[in-house]
Amino acid sequence: MLFVKPSLLKERGIIGMNRRNVDYIARYNSRKLYPIVDNKLITKEYAKKHNIAVPELIRSIQYQFEIKQLEKILSGIDKFVVKPAQGAGGKGILVITDRKGDTFYKPSGMEVSFNDIKRHISNILSGLHSLGGKTDVAMFEKLVNFDPVFEPYSYEGVPDVRMIVFQGYPVMAMLRCSTHESDGKANLHQGAVGVGIDLKTGRSLFAVQDGRMIEKHPDTGSAFSELQVPHWEAILPLSAACYEMTGMGYLGCDIVIDKNLGALILEVNARPGLAIQIANDKGLLKRLKMVEEHAPKSTSPEERVEYSLEHFSADR
Amino acid sequence: MSSRSQVYLLAFMFFALGIGLTLYKNQSLGFPLLPGQSEEVWTVESKVTFEATDEPITVSMILPQDGSNMTVLAESFSAPKYGFRVKEENGQRRAVWTKRSDQGPQTIYYKLDVVKNGESPSLAPPIQHQASSITLTSEQESRGRSFLEEIKASSADNLSFTLELVKQLKILKEDNNRGVTTEFKKKSVTELALILLRMEGIPSRTVRGISLEDGRRKQKAIDLIEIYDDEQWTIINPKNGKEGTPDDVFIWQRGGISLLDVEGGVKSKVRFATIENNQPAKTVALDKSNVEQSAFIDFSIYSLPTESQSAFKRILLVPIGALVVVLLRIIIGIKTSGTFMPILIALAFIDTTPLAGLAIFLSIVSVGLWIRGYLSRMNLLLVARISAVVIIVIGLMGFMSVISYKLGMTQALTVTFFPMIILAWTIERMSIIWEEDGPKEVMMQGGGSLFVALLAYVAMTNPIIEHITFNFPEMLLVILAITLVVGQYNGYRLTELYRFRDLAKDK
Repeated sequence: MLFVKPSLLKERGIIGMNRRNVDYIARYNSRKLYPIVDNKLITKEYAKKHNIAVPELIRSIQYQFEIKQLEKILSGIDKFVVKPAQGAGGKGILVITDRKGDTFYKPSGMEVSFNDIKRHISNILSGLHSLGGKTDVAMFEKLVNFDPVFEPYSYEGVPDVRMIVFQGYPVMAMLRCSTHESDGKANLHQGAVGVGIDLKTGRSLFAVQDGRMIEKHPDTGSAFSELQVPHWEAILPLSAACYEMTGMGYLGCDIVIDKNLGALILEVNARPGLAIQIANDKGLLKRLKMVEEHAPKSTSPEERVEYSLEHFSADR
Repeated sequence: MSSRSQVYLLAFMFFALGIGLTLYKNQSLGFPLLPGQSEEVWTVESKVTFEATDEPITVSMILPQDGSNMTVLAESFSAPKYGFRVKEENGQRRAVWTKRSDQGPQTIYYKLDVVKNGESPSLAPPIQHQASSITLTSEQESRGRSFLEEIKASSADNLSFTLELVKQLKILKEDNNRGVTTEFKKKSVTELALILLRMEGIPSRTVRGISLEDGRRKQKAIDLIEIYDDEQWTIINPKNGKEGTPDDVFIWQRGGISLLDVEGGVKSKVRFATIENNQPAKTVALDKSNVEQSAFIDFSIYSLPTESQSAFKRILLVPIGALVVVLLRIIIGIKTSGTFMPILIALAFIDTTPLAGLAIFLSIVSVGLWIRGYLSRMNLLLVARISAVVIIVIGLMGFMSVISYKLGMTQALTVTFFPMIILAWTIERMSIIWEEDGPKEVMMQGGGSLFVALLAYVAMTNPIIEHITFNFPEMLLVILAITLVVGQYNGYRLTELYRFRDLAKDK
């Protein structure tokens, strides 16, 4: 059967794009809050204010003339990431993992010169990577040292945890692992693997690629059943705090795990996708309804996490 | 009130208003709901002829009046070298032609277009004292009385009395051996019946009508009898003894005043010719509302100059395209590049025909994408980049037109109907999608856009839809209502039933 009966999806509490847009995004995300999440520089500012851990900003470049000072800016820095503040879909991100004199190296080992970096920044500023081509700001961030626990599950890229947070309550989580097919990107519709994560334990539930269930990573061959997300107990309150930080009632936050610093918020999304339901083999609706109708109004992220742990574990 | 119920209330109001106005225009003003409907329009030509006797001439003829069973759409008077005016007299319109003097045969024409109005007019009750124009001898009167007594005995009320009267008079007239006077023979059934009805005290009058027969010429006006009974006038046709307004008769005049008066002429007569022609029902409705001066039409698109009207014809199709886009995106879930790009492409398809349009569109966009790929390596700023693409698109359009013209393919000349800014933006968007999401996504969105555009084209060129959007712009409200309701739809899209197909499986 190519199509399923809508009643079956309804029974399982699957929400579709229309319901997400009408009943959640339009109702809970005020338009004026969008810049907070759409511009990563502002997101960082807000995160600082709310004591939320983020990758450290080295500095930002807004004007073309500042590019001349690049040698000074990068003196003594060997590892960093350059990204556009308003980039969409992971575009325009340059990762430097090593440096020898004036030569920099990408994770793949490719050499990058000072001039290459300068041209890349110039492109970012002129809006090459930003949505709609607006002029943009380039950000220099400290490189995240990824926790080695994820190494078997990712190919040419970095896995991150996507958490849906509704009115401050974490309701569903998945791990996104890049594959050869997804070209190192963590977007599910481009072929990345989505691994549903039990909210209570941080252990994997299912893994799907292109909407189909899989057992092993297609490139590395590691079984997903062994997967346990580290620092899970820290990830939950961190994501819950994004509610206070952005003021958005329905959001998706992307979390990376640093070997030394632990969980960090990479970015917040005001229009999180619905593929998370496929990865969890579970609809969002019942959990969202539960929060809407029964969850106590709490200002403490920890209290909300308690509630989520109790009500949204996989065995319930 | 929640926003949802507000939307439904508003949508309901728009819907009811739109449907209501449409029905009003259809039912009361006669605008046809379907294209190609036509209505019978009768052209009646009355020809007045007489011999002038070298004296001042005054010709006056009664004109059709309110309360007729037909509406006059247009009338024209033609009598060269005659002075002409229309005068109102006791609520009757009379045309008056005048001339100092002339000799010999004279002809005056009065032509009018009429259409059935199907109305039952409210007619004024009879004036109480109607002076009899004919004085009867005592013998005539007594014979009349006894005749009336006979009929009275075999009738129940005024109507059946009159019907019986007409029937008996006809028998009398046909039978020559009954010893009737020549005076009796000279008079028509109608005239006799009216005299006798007056004697009986039943309010009655003559009704003059024109028999509507296609191509009939030189016919006389026919006389009908109308009696007042039960507070309403009823027409009786003396020819067949039937009551009610005959279907094929154009009621010209009510009451006993003369049809034609000629001073300064002899042997005057008036003859009628009738021709039937079919006219588009819409034209008739518009003419009618012109006559009746309907404010609703006066402030409609029809009051615009024809040129603007045809521009609106196209503009009013855009909501249909928008509705198609809304339904396909929200209910079906088809991805398109740019929300309303498909409508603009569909509009271009109307001019180019879809097949030629598709070919032109695909060739320009693919060449444009190829050039845009090179432009992106030059790291241009967005505005400059788009402008460059616009210029290139224009160049491509010109190149395409010239080459295809030289090759004898005039179809490609319609390339100019594609909005070039839209083409440029499509190229820009597609190339960004290509870079960010790969060629598969370009095919998905580009194909989706073209599919939606084709569907919108089919909807917009449907003759019935075209007819309704232009003739009933009120339907915009209905489309608005549907759009509002669909905007609240939070159910699944058809594509999601495929996307989430594994989730419905029992584990």
